[in-house]
Amino acid sequence: MSVDSILILGVNHKTAPVEVREQLAFTSDPERPFKKLREIPGCSEFCFLSTCNRVEVIFTSPHQMETIRSIKKFLFATSNIKEDDIDNFIYLHRGADAITHLYRVAASLDSMVVGEPQILGQLKDAYRDSADRECTGVILNRLLHKAFSVAKRIRTETNIGGSAVSISYAAVELAKKIFGNLEGKKVLLVGAGEMAELAAEHLVNQGISEVIVANRTLERAVNLAKRFNGKAVGLAELHAQMELVDIMVSSTGASGLILHQEDVKPIMKQRKNRPLFLIDIAVPRDLDPKLNDLDNIYLYDVDDLSQVVEGNKAEREQEALRAERIVTEETLKFLQWIEDMQLTPTIAALRRKADAIAQAELAKTISHCGNLGARDIKSIEKMAGAIINKILHDPILFLKEGHSHEDKRLKLDFTRKIFGLDLEPEKEE
Amino acid sequence: MLFSLSLIGYYLSTTTYIIFFVTQKKKIRSAARCLLFGAGVLHTVTIISRYFLAGHTPLTTHFDTVSFFAWSMTWAFLSFRWRYQVKNFGTFVSLVISALMTIGALSSQTIAELPPALQSAWLPVHASIAIIADGFMAMGFCSGLMYLLQERELKKKRFGVFYSRLPSLEALDNLIQHCLTVGFPLLTLGIITGSLWAKQAWGAYWHWDPKETWSLITWFLYAAMLHQRFIAGWRGKRAAILAIIGFIAVLFTLWGVTFLLPGVHSYVR
Repeated sequence: MSVDSILILGVNHKTAPVEVREQLAFTSDPERPFKKLREIPGCSEFCFLSTCNRVEVIFTSPHQMETIRSIKKFLFATSNIKEDDIDNFIYLHRGADAITHLYRVAASLDSMVVGEPQILGQLKDAYRDSADRECTGVILNRLLHKAFSVAKRIRTETNIGGSAVSISYAAVELAKKIFGNLEGKKVLLVGAGEMAELAAEHLVNQGISEVIVANRTLERAVNLAKRFNGKAVGLAELHAQMELVDIMVSSTGASGLILHQEDVKPIMKQRKNRPLFLIDIAVPRDLDPKLNDLDNIYLYDVDDLSQVVEGNKAEREQEALRAERIVTEETLKFLQWIEDMQLTPTIAALRRKADAIAQAELAKTISHCGNLGARDIKSIEKMAGAIINKILHDPILFLKEGHSHEDKRLKLDFTRKIFGLDLEPEKEE
Repeated sequence: MLFSLSLIGYYLSTTTYIIFFVTQKKKIRSAARCLLFGAGVLHTVTIISRYFLAGHTPLTTHFDTVSFFAWSMTWAFLSFRWRYQVKNFGTFVSLVISALMTIGALSSQTIAELPPALQSAWLPVHASIAIIADGFMAMGFCSGLMYLLQERELKKKRFGVFYSRLPSLEALDNLIQHCLTVGFPLLTLGIITGSLWAKQAWGAYWHWDPKETWSLITWFLYAAMLHQRFIAGWRGKRAAILAIIGFIAVLFTLWGVTFLLPGVHSYVR
């Protein structure tokens, strides 16, 4: 088994525009990709990943040219793209590059928003779907599992997913720094635009208990409120509602300020100074900038939020560099494993392990029984050697008499697992 | 000797806590906690051995008072920890503990003969309650300080070292309240036991000796603070500032009075 038989073929947001990607959508029949890919000759193991930003086939294949052509055809079967143009949109990674690519995808280094956490879950689902249908084998099983653990390692050792990189995420993050847990908190949306909706969605995902929508036209407020099981009020009730909520997102199209510092002072008294987080995403602004000078009020406008986002992006780039180092390191480890997954290295490892155990036990025994002659020691050593040979005899025979490639690989994998030949010497936590 | 060992233990713990604050590695925090716990146990042994050495409750010298102050803060923090998980609180608390221990280490450790007026069962009760109350107020001070640091970064919209490392404002506000609601009843009890003891020793409940006056001032400060919190909703920044001012009053009652204004409590030196 050579490393170069691991391949990844696919399209993502960097290589293909959305007009192309949407033609490849595999949403209609979930069974179709598996059925089609299984029919492709030479595609011995595969895993099929399809998200809104990427479609990828991770596969292993001994005779490649033909398999690659068939997979390309399969990917673009539903599109109107000519066969000659396909190569402009796809990428093909082989061997070490394929491993690195998969690790980068799993760790969200290849995502549109670097560090966003969804991709790992999507990859896990894709793997489960493929594994359940027995499309993956020894190599991909190990590769995908490694990819998950690499992603986890990167998440714990770097701060790649640590900071918000979109305005609504930034708002949620700030809200958490003010209120801690968002459960049981209420949010008031002033204006029923798209931005307000997006922000509300993030907040609701974080456990916000109630959404109140205030809008000039009540009808739109009612519609939006329905989406979040909230209630709708008229703009006239704004001040009364502000006494009850914890977070307010303002995004009206008003040409001037709708809330002044003097309006809010008495409201804070009514609120018994409970903190109030004001998010002004309207341009021109809705909320008086001087509101931020009041105690227990935290006012952020679009520029403030963008600044948070920009700062985080820079930090993320730093962290991404560290993550890439981990990916390189882990790729090398996997290459080593592939190399070891051959007959001779496995037998050698098996012998090494047995010898090491025998030597350790011998040393222990001999030091325990003090007065042994040189001849006694010799015969004990001989006995240990004989035991090792006899025990290993059958496993080695079993390994050697493989027939097909897959058969051999299964046996190697099984033997390596049962004797723990791939266990890493030190395990963290 | 024992005291020096626990002092070293606290220093080590504080250093580890600071390293944790910078690196945010969980293993380092566990190490810091273990060190603090170890130092706390050693310190307990120190105080018990002082008891046998002196033959009475060792709370009458300046050294013993400060040492007991640090001790009660350590255990208040450790016992609090089981119930409230507050990010990086340990770093701030351990710094204050180390500061107190340093002050203790600089003062004389000689054991003074107990004046007759102090020979009473009230001594351990009154002095320990009053100082444990101070321990909780010191924790309130730490949380107030953390609140102000966090709130400053949120208001200024410049996120530095503290933003990611300190917990949310609400958590800190709750913490201030918890510290005060435990500390305040203890402070009250400390003053009551003191006045009962005064009645027994000197025949009157209240002498207006500077220490008494200042503890009363401190008491009123905290009482007003709690009252305003529940009635008028003085929370957030104002509560944090008051927790800090309250602690300054505590420190003045402890040291300022002893060294600047002589009175019946001037045994405690």
